[in-house]
Amino acid sequence: MSDIPYRDVDVQGEKPGGRLMEESYLGEKFSIWSWLTTTDHKRIGILYLLSTTLFFFIGGAAATLIRLELFTPAGDLLTDDGYNKVFTLHGVVMVWFFLVPVIPSVLGNFLIPLMLGAKDLAFPRLNLMSWYLNIIGGGFAVWAMLAGGVDTGWTFYTPYSTAFANSHVSLTAIGVFISGFSTIATGVNMIVTVHTMRPPGMGWFRMPLFVWAIYATSLIMLLSTPVLAMVLTLLVTERLLGLGIFDPNRGGDPILFQHLFWFYSHPAVYIMILPGMGVVTEVITCFSRRRVFGYAAMVYALLAIAVIGFFVWGHHMFTSGQSMYASLTFSFLSFIVAVPSAIKVFNWIATMYRGQITFEASMLYAMGFVGLFTMGGLTGLFLASVPVDLHLHDTYFVVAHFHYIMVGGMVSAFFAGLHFWWPKITGRLYPETAAQIAALLMFFGFNLTFFPQYILGNIGMPRRYHAYPDAFQVWHVLSSAGAVILAAAYLMPLGYLVWSLIWGKRAPSNPWRASGLEWETDSPPPKHNFLTNPTIEGSVYDYHPAQEPRREPADD
Amino acid sequence: MGEIEIVLPAASSAAVSTDGKLVGLLIISGLITLLVTCLIGLFAVRYRRGSEASRDRLPNWFAHDLETVWTLATVGLFVAIFAWAASQDFALAVPPEESVEIHVVGKQWMWKAEHPGGQREINELHVPAEETVELVLNSQDVIHSFYVPAFRLKQDVVPGHTTRMRFHTEKIGTYRLFCAEYCGTQHSAMIGRVVVMAKEDYADWLTRQPEGDDLKEDGKKLFVAKGCAGCHYGSSKVRAPRLAGVYGSQVPLSDGRLVTADDAYIRDSILQPKRDVVAGFEPIMPSFAGALTEGELVSLTAYIRSLAVTETNR
Ligand code: HEM
Ligand SMILES: [Cu+2]
Repeated sequence: MSDIPYRDVDVQGEKPGGRLMEESYLGEKFSIWSWLTTTDHKRIGILYLLSTTLFFFIGGAAATLIRLELFTPAGDLLTDDGYNKVFTLHGVVMVWFFLVPVIPSVLGNFLIPLMLGAKDLAFPRLNLMSWYLNIIGGGFAVWAMLAGGVDTGWTFYTPYSTAFANSHVSLTAIGVFISGFSTIATGVNMIVTVHTMRPPGMGWFRMPLFVWAIYATSLIMLLSTPVLAMVLTLLVTERLLGLGIFDPNRGGDPILFQHLFWFYSHPAVYIMILPGMGVVTEVITCFSRRRVFGYAAMVYALLAIAVIGFFVWGHHMFTSGQSMYASLTFSFLSFIVAVPSAIKVFNWIATMYRGQITFEASMLYAMGFVGLFTMGGLTGLFLASVPVDLHLHDTYFVVAHFHYIMVGGMVSAFFAGLHFWWPKITGRLYPETAAQIAALLMFFGFNLTFFPQYILGNIGMPRRYHAYPDAFQVWHVLSSAGAVILAAAYLMPLGYLVWSLIWGKRAPSNPWRASGLEWETDSPPPKHNFLTNPTIEGSVYDYHPAQEPRREPADD
Repeated sequence: MGEIEIVLPAASSAAVSTDGKLVGLLIISGLITLLVTCLIGLFAVRYRRGSEASRDRLPNWFAHDLETVWTLATVGLFVAIFAWAASQDFALAVPPEESVEIHVVGKQWMWKAEHPGGQREINELHVPAEETVELVLNSQDVIHSFYVPAFRLKQDVVPGHTTRMRFHTEKIGTYRLFCAEYCGTQHSAMIGRVVVMAKEDYADWLTRQPEGDDLKEDGKKLFVAKGCAGCHYGSSKVRAPRLAGVYGSQVPLSDGRLVTADDAYIRDSILQPKRDVVAGFEPIMPSFAGALTEGELVSLTAYIRSLAVTETNR
């Protein structure tokens, strides 16, 4: 093998025009130490890619156990405590160590400076610290798991978590607490970068929508995560020091916990979807070869979601005994927050209108995203209707609702982005057909896994049940069968992407002929991103002159 | 594999109206999903790269008017759905003329019910058909949630709070009862059934229950056994208010407030006696939090309530 991976052996020292080549960021130094102490946003992005992938497979293993257990009505595979620990682990790991960091910290890290034509993020060392905090937090969670697990559910409801659970609640809470600081640090870094490092000529309304999405997400991270830190601190205080905060036997109020928790966690669900929306916008415009439809509306929709998202938390508490007027207010606001989401869906579709569409794997994922996000959002309206939620709350309907958005939406968007920018990140092209097959398989497996859960919820199957009545089995069997397909589909990219690192074709700097500054530099980019300062010409998404699409595909 | 279940029986009047909303939402969201899928599919085929379809310049209205129209349309649609759903809440919020009140206590991992006549059952609840039933729910440990899918209703049962769940039964039958709020190890075993019976059958059923002590009789015994009587009764040396006639009356407190002695007040006075001290008395009563089970509290309250009617002082 004459090819040494990662090193641009076949480029000349000099390019035509006398420009001096710089080593790519991957080829600069090879030692593990150089990676662990790097402050290069691109390398930190790769570190995050490795850690989130690891957590994804830990969470995925837990999901596999859940689905295996639920294959039969009797609780036979795991003990009841075992089952409770497995679903808790699944939720905790997937939410805080996969979904929250995955797009902002992997793709955002790698791309935000590139998209802004900058050399790095505003605070490179803070960026590295974010990764370490995330790993340390994850370490605590894994430690808790190895030490015997935790069984409260990812929502840690009191007084169960503070006065009754005998598992490693504090350890897990501390892990999540620490990772929260990682989230906050990333948020601060992104906000400052976007504010101060935009190149001349790139006004706010000329930024790529991915940058906008990460910006909006970062605002939520910065404002909501401290509340998580607070509520976890109170929880650990009550549990370890016996102070009465949530436990009624010590003078506390369990409902207070729910208010604080959801005041963080509802905004947090938007942390887990806005970045995906950003990715999908880039992908759909590129493969439709069209300017995004309604740029300004897309921006305002992101910001509206970020702001209104802070005022809907009570829709998780309709059955808690909260006053009817509070419930109706939260219900109304939840309907309102769905409006900007709907606008985004329409705009993505309108972007495809009169395009020149091709179906690379990223585009398949993005189209899947739009459909599945729509279904997730619409079922959110069921849950936002108070009387309907009294029936569906805490059933599998809710489980299906959020998996449609977080897996069908966010995970699809992550795969869309990973494939889209893979050539930029690694300098290699992935095998297209294999990727397209994986995307289709994932879509099919996903629907088979989660659609039956809507039906289950509707016929009354509560969530977090280790054993269930026989009458529900058919739907559980379908769901478990889908999970097998889904698992296989998730393993495929692991195979062919790793394969492409060694045997994949070398990627040109702009393999998709996409717009955006990140495509103006080499693949993989040199250490300092750009050899010459990139120039901003025209607007983002310059796929065709304004109002006039290209007629000939050959013009692209 | 059990029989396939896809339609739930609708056994309460709420179930009927909730099903209306559910079907409505299903149709609306089905249509929107269909629209979205068809448009994506249509554009994907029609505007695939190199196809013949026209890519002419977009008409001007496309960019501006279209956006306004679909934004307003979604706002209108969503607000309409909200209002439709909310109307049901208002309808249900009207208190019934009369209702059968049943006390239910949730604890890890069972449901205990006590009927007004003192009949008790575990993990089962018998109720009369075509009646309004009001459950008074308390938890002895963690949060549980009383969920009857056939009624389309659930209500969290929260320790330290008393919650209520009201339903009007319609169809006779036996229905599933679940705990819907995760409550620990045997959460999935905290299940049971709700039996809706014809009124005569219910009355009959009540009489066939073992002669359980009537709630207030129970409470009376507890009143002595737990030491309440030592201060609150007869010729005790300690000065504490007599309880006859208290229930339902206005009680002046030492800080000048005037409160109505209802269930919540009685309960608080037992659990947190220092909070509301009756005017003219010293705050010497100890708290009974932890010393009484939820069931015992319910019985004591019932006993004190009965004192309001049976004896009248002064
Ligand atoms: C279109 C806007 C949305 C609306 C109207 C909506 C509505 C709701 C409502 C009312 C609930 C509470 C259901 C219940 O517990 O009974 C809920 C639960 C949930 N939603 Fe959404 N939702 C929306 C979007 C999202 C998004 C974007 C995400 C995630 C990325 C998400 C994730 C979740 C999660 C994780 C839960 C369940 C939390 C738990 O109990 O464990 N939702 N949603
Ligand atoms: Cu929410």
